[in-house]
Amino acid sequence: MPDVIYWGDVIFSLGMFIILLLLLRKFAWGPIVNMMKEREEHIAKEIDTAEKSRQDAEKYLEEQRKEVERARDEAQSIIETARKTSEKQGEDIVAQARSEAERLKENALADISREKEQAVAELREQVGTLSVMIATKIIEKELDEKEQEKLIEEYIQEAGERL
Amino acid sequence: MDHHAPIVYDLFGISGFHINLSNIIMLTISALIVFCIGFFSARSLKMKPTGMQNGFEWIIDFVKNTINSAMDWKTGERFFGLGITIFLWIFISNMLGIPFMIVNHETHELWWKSPTADPVITMTFAVMVIVLTHYYGIKIKGAKEYGKGFFKPIPYLFPLKVLEEFTNTLTLGMRLFGNLYAKEILLTLLATAGGASLLGALAAGLPMIAWQAFSIFIGAIQAFIFLMLTMVYLAHKVADDH
Repeated sequence: MPDVIYWGDVIFSLGMFIILLLLLRKFAWGPIVNMMKEREEHIAKEIDTAEKSRQDAEKYLEEQRKEVERARDEAQSIIETARKTSEKQGEDIVAQARSEAERLKENALADISREKEQAVAELREQVGTLSVMIATKIIEKELDEKEQEKLIEEYIQEAGERL
Repeated sequence: MDHHAPIVYDLFGISGFHINLSNIIMLTISALIVFCIGFFSARSLKMKPTGMQNGFEWIIDFVKNTINSAMDWKTGERFFGLGITIFLWIFISNMLGIPFMIVNHETHELWWKSPTADPVITMTFAVMVIVLTHYYGIKIKGAKEYGKGFFKPIPYLFPLKVLEEFTNTLTLGMRLFGNLYAKEILLTLLATAGGASLLGALAAGLPMIAWQAFSIFIGAIQAFIFLMLTMVYLAHKVADDH
């Protein structure tokens, strides 16, 4: 234990304390505390930014999902329309083909019957001509006056009956 | 064994104004070390702290937490500088006496020691702290509220309250001094025994290491206690209610 109180030390240590405090504030904890505060703010800002980006991302995701949904619906409707159109077109084509066929058949039938009639008429004409020729031949050979008379009579009669 | 302090009597011819050169030197050295630690920690500040900056930030957080445990941060923020300075300075001062000791053998003057092993220094710190508590008590709460504080919770405790201020001062300073002085004494004893003979060196070697380790512990704990009590006393005077 000291025999005397050395007041010089008291004054010196108090002065040193103040100097040390000021120096530390200026050079040590002052800047470091500032840096810590800055870092705190930085981190808070980063967290905010991250939160915002997350929300943005979610929003975009939702938008994209809706977009995809819409695109799918659209594709579905396009396919539906195409199918309907193609069905209708197919039916049209079939109906057209059927009517065409019908028309062709009718035409063919009409042609056939016309040809037939023509052929029949031609045949009749030829038969008539031929029978007249044959008749002429026969008549030239066998018909006598009397019998001719009789035949004419018959024809006339027949014609009279028909009229 | 019987060491004296290198005292210069009647400095500048002023009667009764003595100084202990050892204390002056050791306080300066420890203040320099504290400053260097702080200065080099803050040398290259980075957003992502590395190395010393990390360590100093840990110390800052530690002091902050200690203040926070005594009072809320809004009132406690102004005491941060006081807290960190007193804590680091006392801590480094405590540590300085541990590794070795320089004694002038001719005059038996003890030069290198912990300055906190001197009651004058510790009492200076203690009185400074107690005076600061009164100063801030008046400054923050006003003279009237400050005066009322002596009559709470029961008016007739007033004499005890006044006495408490003196005992607080005395215990705050003497606790630190006592611990550090005991540390110094035992270290001196062990070192003397170790230096005396080969047998002494063998016998004292292990206790020396153990005591040095324990001294580090004591030094750290005492620095922390001083900081803690400073903040508690401040909180008593400053806080609205407790």
